[in-house]
Amino acid sequence: MTSAQANLETAPFLEIKGLKKEYTQGNPILKGIDISINQPGIVAIIGPSGTGKSTLLRCINRLVDPTAGQIMLDQADMGKAKGQQLRNLRRHVGMVFQEYNLVERLTVIENVLTGRLGYMSAWQAWRRKFSQKDINTAFELLDSVGLTEHASKRADSLSGGQRQRVGIARAVMQDPHILLADEPTSSLDPKTAVEIMELLERFADDRNIPALVNMHDVVLAKRFAKRMIGMSDGIVVYDGSPEGITDDHLKQIYGGESWLV
Amino acid sequence: MAGLDVANTRYRENPFKRNWLVTASWLVLLIYLLYSFNSMGLTWERFSHGLDIADKLMDRAFPPNFGRWELLLSGLAESLEIAVIASVVGIFLSLFFGLFAARNMMPNWITVPMRAFIAVCRTFHPVIIAILFVKSVGFGALAGILTLIVASIGFIAKLFAEAIEEISLKQVEAIRATGAGFVSVTLFSVMPQVFSRFIGFSMYQLDSNLRNSTMVGIVGAGGLGGTLFSAFQRFDYDFVAAILITIIALIMLGELLSNLVRRIFK
Repeated sequence: MTSAQANLETAPFLEIKGLKKEYTQGNPILKGIDISINQPGIVAIIGPSGTGKSTLLRCINRLVDPTAGQIMLDQADMGKAKGQQLRNLRRHVGMVFQEYNLVERLTVIENVLTGRLGYMSAWQAWRRKFSQKDINTAFELLDSVGLTEHASKRADSLSGGQRQRVGIARAVMQDPHILLADEPTSSLDPKTAVEIMELLERFADDRNIPALVNMHDVVLAKRFAKRMIGMSDGIVVYDGSPEGITDDHLKQIYGGESWLV
Repeated sequence: MAGLDVANTRYRENPFKRNWLVTASWLVLLIYLLYSFNSMGLTWERFSHGLDIADKLMDRAFPPNFGRWELLLSGLAESLEIAVIASVVGIFLSLFFGLFAARNMMPNWITVPMRAFIAVCRTFHPVIIAILFVKSVGFGALAGILTLIVASIGFIAKLFAEAIEEISLKQVEAIRATGAGFVSVTLFSVMPQVFSRFIGFSMYQLDSNLRNSTMVGIVGAGGLGGTLFSAFQRFDYDFVAAILITIIALIMLGELLSNLVRRIFK
């Protein structure tokens, strides 16, 4: 995907304007975020704990309601959507969680299929009436994340890396126009973390969609990101290429320098 | 052992020292027990006199008389029907009431009245509820069924609500993020987490309803209890024994059934 191609798009994938969030009044976590995502591929968001990275992602799919600002997605303002419109927008936003958040008592394939619930009526969900097309897609996805032989195992019998693969398959199952990943590798060992990032990169490239990934590991972020966003204290302090990020930027983002080697 | 010698020279409090408040409480309880026995005239003579009466009762109760087995069976069938209908309806209603009472799923303006309603269902003993229903809907099985539905809601709706309040919200959040509506979120992230506990509670309630269905008849709300009560009043103690043995068999059967169901849904 080149920038020339991106310019052909009439609207960006995601446009955030003046996003603010206060959990308690007068104590803002996000103090006015402006981000425009115009290109597919991995966008790494780095920053210290408690700086609002999770809140930012959760505002985008409205697991958290923003206090102010605009979140334009598919030509609609996600920030103001309600009810059915919100759920219809949400199903095009795939989310991957730090602790995988699989439904532990369901099987692996059932967990992948839950990605289709946004497209089904409650009555269909009650009868577990997934379409044959969805079932085929779910098995293909499971195949592409390398877990075919685990399809009928219960989700809580898998290892961390395997669970995260299921989590990604579930998000991709939604037919997302954007992927959000909230520290998807923080609970994993370094080798598995790289594999998970490769998987996210592959799905983002294959489907030509952006993936916003919150990360703690700056080196891993630089390796996979096409663009990096540094956050500190509720505002964006760096937004640009991974190559452009310097030790000075990192000092500004995280504070101090003793951790830099 | 120099260190120990040093320790011995200083006074250390015994961690297990006597708590005078607890000692005094035990003493008060003992005195109240003695007083209660005394005021009700519970002496050894009274007890041995009681044993004589019991001996006569046993003489008349054994061997049990199953001669009127048709009456017994029809009463048993009615009790069983009351218990099964009340359990199915009560558990079904409790599923919704429990969900509406769970504070992590619903806003306060729903949970508070729901919790109050469930608490009211649990306030009265089934005998009292049965009397109320007999007075309001008339004698017979309908009163018994309504009684046990109320009793079921009082217990398992509360247990359901508490089970739902203990679930992991992370799984709920993940399903909500797929764009699923409230019903689908409940079906696919709440129910899987609580289902096996629900089965356990439901089996417990079926067991409890089987027992209580033999009791509600005593106040005229249908089932084997009515037969039992009239047998008592006519001093047909051999028939009473037959009824009691039948009830034991019924409860045993319920136990077997619930073990079976639990094993299937594990």
